[in-house]
Amino acid sequence: MDERIAGALHLLPNYLAQHVLLSASALMLGVLISLPLAILASRYKGLRWPTLATAGLVQTIPGLALLALFYPLLLGLSQVTTAVFGVGIPALGFLPSLLALTLYSMLPILRNGVAGLTGLNPALIEAANGVGMTPRQRLLQVELPLAAPVLMAGIRTAAVWTIGAATLSTPIGQTSLGNFIFSGLQTENWVLVLVGCAAAALLALIVDQLLGLIEAGLARRQRRRLGVGLVGLGVAIAAALVPLKSQGQSTYVIGTKNFAEQFILGELVGELLERQGLGVDHKDNLGSATIFRALVSNDIDVYVDYSGTLWTNVLKRHDLLADDAMLAELTRALRERYGALVLGRLGFENAYVLAMRADRASALGVRTIADLAAYAPQLTLGSDLEFLSRPEWTALQRAYGLKFRAERSFNPTFMYRAIEEGEADVITAFSTDGRIAAQKLVVLGDPKRAILAYDAVVLIAPRRVADSRLKQALAPLIGALSTDLMREANLMVDRDTDKMSPKQAAQFLAAHLRKPAS
Amino acid sequence: MGTEPVIEIDRMTKSYAGARSPAVHDLSLSIEGGRFVALVGASGSGKTTTLKTINRLIEPDSGEIRVEGERIRAMNAPALRRRIGYVFQDIGLFPHLRVGENIGITPQLLGWDAKAINNRVAELLDLVALPRGYAMRFPDALSGGERQRAGVARAIAARPRIVLMDEPFGALDPVTRDALGWAYRRLHERLQLTTVMVTHDVQQAVLLADQIVVMGAGRILAQDTPRALLGGHQHPDVAALMAMPKRQAEQIAALLETAPGASNHG
Repeated sequence: MDERIAGALHLLPNYLAQHVLLSASALMLGVLISLPLAILASRYKGLRWPTLATAGLVQTIPGLALLALFYPLLLGLSQVTTAVFGVGIPALGFLPSLLALTLYSMLPILRNGVAGLTGLNPALIEAANGVGMTPRQRLLQVELPLAAPVLMAGIRTAAVWTIGAATLSTPIGQTSLGNFIFSGLQTENWVLVLVGCAAAALLALIVDQLLGLIEAGLARRQRRRLGVGLVGLGVAIAAALVPLKSQGQSTYVIGTKNFAEQFILGELVGELLERQGLGVDHKDNLGSATIFRALVSNDIDVYVDYSGTLWTNVLKRHDLLADDAMLAELTRALRERYGALVLGRLGFENAYVLAMRADRASALGVRTIADLAAYAPQLTLGSDLEFLSRPEWTALQRAYGLKFRAERSFNPTFMYRAIEEGEADVITAFSTDGRIAAQKLVVLGDPKRAILAYDAVVLIAPRRVADSRLKQALAPLIGALSTDLMREANLMVDRDTDKMSPKQAAQFLAAHLRKPAS
Repeated sequence: MGTEPVIEIDRMTKSYAGARSPAVHDLSLSIEGGRFVALVGASGSGKTTTLKTINRLIEPDSGEIRVEGERIRAMNAPALRRRIGYVFQDIGLFPHLRVGENIGITPQLLGWDAKAINNRVAELLDLVALPRGYAMRFPDALSGGERQRAGVARAIAARPRIVLMDEPFGALDPVTRDALGWAYRRLHERLQLTTVMVTHDVQQAVLLADQIVVMGAGRILAQDTPRALLGGHQHPDVAALMAMPKRQAEQIAALLETAPGASNHG
């Protein structure tokens, strides 16, 4: 079997279990909230419009944005609860995903619930009153059973939406089938993307069919169909959740951002911790501002960031210091203000650089960013998703007077594709990227030193600062990875032929680590 | 037959929002125990509103109603309704419950035990001449007439002394309507019920009821025995309404007398 498929299948049980746990919980919570709301809305006409309009409004928010919005919301709430009760709430992972998906699941349940309850034959309502039912008896014995098929159809729609949208919970740190899709997209591993899509689609199909059986059983009053559907659903959920039981030890959560180098480093850190017998969990694909806040709020325990990113994004500094002085200042400020520990440099630098295709650069005679400025108005800049909103872009523009014909943002993988295919003339590459050499790109010089140093550094969460086992396990990393080594590992994952998984690249790096000095 | 009034309506008025005049205006009516009373009149005359105020499906704006001497406004409405059988045109059998469960619903609400309910359902199926096996069927497997029989069985399941009927046989074909009407009339006597029936069908009212109440524009225009009303009435609407079945009966009688000769006449 293909190595990549085997690797994906190995991850499937855990991803599927997490996905099922998340969607099932969200759907159940959705039903628990929506059903009473639907009953109230069907009783009181004045409530109907606001309830349905609000649920409809939630539905118009793109799924990813809705999930992303819950992160700052919970973070703020966590600060409040920390101040008041001394206990924070997790702002990353299961909780925000659950809340967002619950909101997302509500509209079809509410809409069908209200339609089912208000659309009942008035003669039956009169009959229920006529035989002497109390309003409560009428609701339980007549209205809900009669509205059940319509309500179930709504729950069925909600289930399919929820299972689909749950793949989007990966970037806010909840493991799901979306992990396949997001990692696959970043490393151009289309097998992974396909496995993720197929698994999510299959899950949605199966659940939809089982719920359909329940719906038909309710509509046609066939106890057997109803029973088969209910039992099938129960067994399917229970079976999917089995892999979760084997976890649960005290684990260290490793965070990564959304590109190949981060996945490799995440796997490498995991490997080192596991060597020391420590439990490991991964939260991959986090946004670069999200990940630091996640560390500070102890939602993740360790991750690798870059000094220049922290300097500008977290400390909001724009001044330029020598590398060592900057790292010392960074270490001091992060410890003092946030309680986070900068354990040390990994040894390589992953700076933003401007790169062009070698043939294009020599044709124009461009060797530095200063040379580029004259041609920029005829050229298109391709950037990753965040560079254009970063302060160093402003600094670069100011220092060299850069003005491009057009600026386009890409997911990093597609950015390299864009320069290959001529859709962009200049890109904001990363210095450790293996594709710079592989695609024959040249890195333009920065004579005015407008771009900061981007030393890779290991960060440790406040609650783990005094954890000597963790620090000991990470010690072999410090100063051990050269830019060349990292570039080689990145290329293993990014190249099109003989592609490797981030885990394999991490094993390659682990084999090159020095033994810890003792 | 008893002479004590079982249902007393005293100066009752009911208006609906948006209507120009009240549906029922200052209406008083006394119904003695054991009577079969038919409420007839044109559409919008207030007969259904009057009927439904008796088991509080509709609450009057003013006036007082007493059932077996008790003021119903002071009673718990579901408890009152469990004491009064109710049959109506749309039948209202619950489609998600079996016929037996439908018939036994009021005893179930009253907390009878399962065995007593089962026995009662069997007894009622016999009483309305439905096969006992129908208890396990769902209502949509029954014909219209069978469903209405089940509806009558449900109304009398908890042994009420009063039964209210709103156009009970209106949706049935003439033959079934006639058969069910007579079957109910026999039940009414056997169980010594007090029955109030709203109907459009003056002919059936004349044939089944002990007493006819003719309503018009929210008021009672006439209240008497069928025989007396057929003899004529000073109110033109009442006279017109009662003239119809009389004329039909006379025409049919004439037809029957001349029939053998007339058929050859050409």
